[in-house]
Amino acid sequence: MTPYSSFLFFIILGILLLPTMILGTMGKPLRYYNVFVSIVVLAMIFSGGGEGFYSLVIFTILQLVLIKGYISYRQTKNSSLVFYLMSLLSILPLILSKILPFLAVDNWASFLGISYLTFRAVQIIIETRDGLIKQQLSIYQLVNFMLFYPTISSGPIDRFRRFQKDEEKRWTPDEYKELLYKGINKIFLGFLYKFIIGYAINSYFIMNLDYIADGRVSYHLLYMYSYSLYLFFDFAGYTLFAVGVSYIMGIRSPENFNKPFISRNIKDFWNRWHMSLSFWFRDYVFMRFVFLMKKKKWIQNKMLVSNLGYILLFLLMGVWHGLAIQYIVYGAYHALMMTAFNFFENWNKKHKRWPTGKFMTVVSIVITFHVVCFGFYLFSGRPFQ
Amino acid sequence: MDFKEKVLQVIAEVCEDDVVKEEHDLDIFEAGLLDSFATVELLVQFEEQLGINVPITEFDRDTWNTPNAITDRLNELK
Repeated sequence: MTPYSSFLFFIILGILLLPTMILGTMGKPLRYYNVFVSIVVLAMIFSGGGEGFYSLVIFTILQLVLIKGYISYRQTKNSSLVFYLMSLLSILPLILSKILPFLAVDNWASFLGISYLTFRAVQIIIETRDGLIKQQLSIYQLVNFMLFYPTISSGPIDRFRRFQKDEEKRWTPDEYKELLYKGINKIFLGFLYKFIIGYAINSYFIMNLDYIADGRVSYHLLYMYSYSLYLFFDFAGYTLFAVGVSYIMGIRSPENFNKPFISRNIKDFWNRWHMSLSFWFRDYVFMRFVFLMKKKKWIQNKMLVSNLGYILLFLLMGVWHGLAIQYIVYGAYHALMMTAFNFFENWNKKHKRWPTGKFMTVVSIVITFHVVCFGFYLFSGRPFQ
Repeated sequence: MDFKEKVLQVIAEVCEDDVVKEEHDLDIFEAGLLDSFATVELLVQFEEQLGINVPITEFDRDTWNTPNAITDRLNELK
């Protein structure tokens, strides 16, 4: 059963979470009962047969061995080679799951949520390397973090140390009531986004575009904007469910969206759209790449370092979505937009040609909106059909 | 120069703005003085000029957001 896809799922979840809510409002610890809920919901999600239950189990065991092994290793030694090898092994299942379909074999490596789970696991290895995780972690802590069911299928991608703080916290009744209120609020806003607005855009507009549009150009233009809005409401709706359910379980999962369509430029957009993913790439790919280049003094030119960083980040992000033409082009498009903006920003810092003020802010927002929508148009795959 | 002044000097150099020396509670990310690229520059400078190694993953924008907060965190890591 795909999470949050049917009202049945919500009804079962509501019944299962009722004791959590009662425990929380009484100020009792939630973690023990939450383990029970997690097992039942995971069983429900992965028992359908098509979600790759066995791959998930093997994947989890592999990650546990890697993480626990690396933490013990890191307590005494710190070789870069071992770190890169461990990181590579950790993302190997994800790489396999993307490549196997091309080899025309059964995609046994894949399971629901593999892309997101991989990020949670690699992140622990990176933070161990940086010396932020020093103590050995228990199997319970790791499994609980990696397989946290509310966010298992499509994120948001939480950070281990942040997650752990919430997980260990004993909320007072008042604090929990606040969480519960916010959680329920988010879930209902999610219904509005995903099942009403997103659904309406898709089934009343996009599905009927053949009759609405009068010509190829207008068809593709209308498709571009309606698909962009649909993508936002569908994904933001899902995220509201995932975050809302997390809150009810006492975990404040990070947000994914912060009014992305009022971004003033493309850089601003990536601080507002799919934030848990873009921040992951920012912290674990872009910044590490720049740091390495600067420290080793391999490349001196600032522009070149940042642009190469953007290109690396967005190409990886594209491929991460899938090894299909539309995702690779989508990544390349955003890499291009970011580097172009980088040049522009640098130029404007010196010459100050771009006027400031309310009117120009609106102009910037409008331009960014169209640039972003064109990106989603590429992402949709429609231009390649 | 005491430690705090040195830290403020490094931040001002990287941000290319002396306002951080005056307003110690200014949120440098909200003010647009620091982006992720400049953040890395800042970490490299902390290591080179102050000899303090701050891992990238340690640098959380919520707790390293103002000149005062950065000085406090660096004091903890010293």
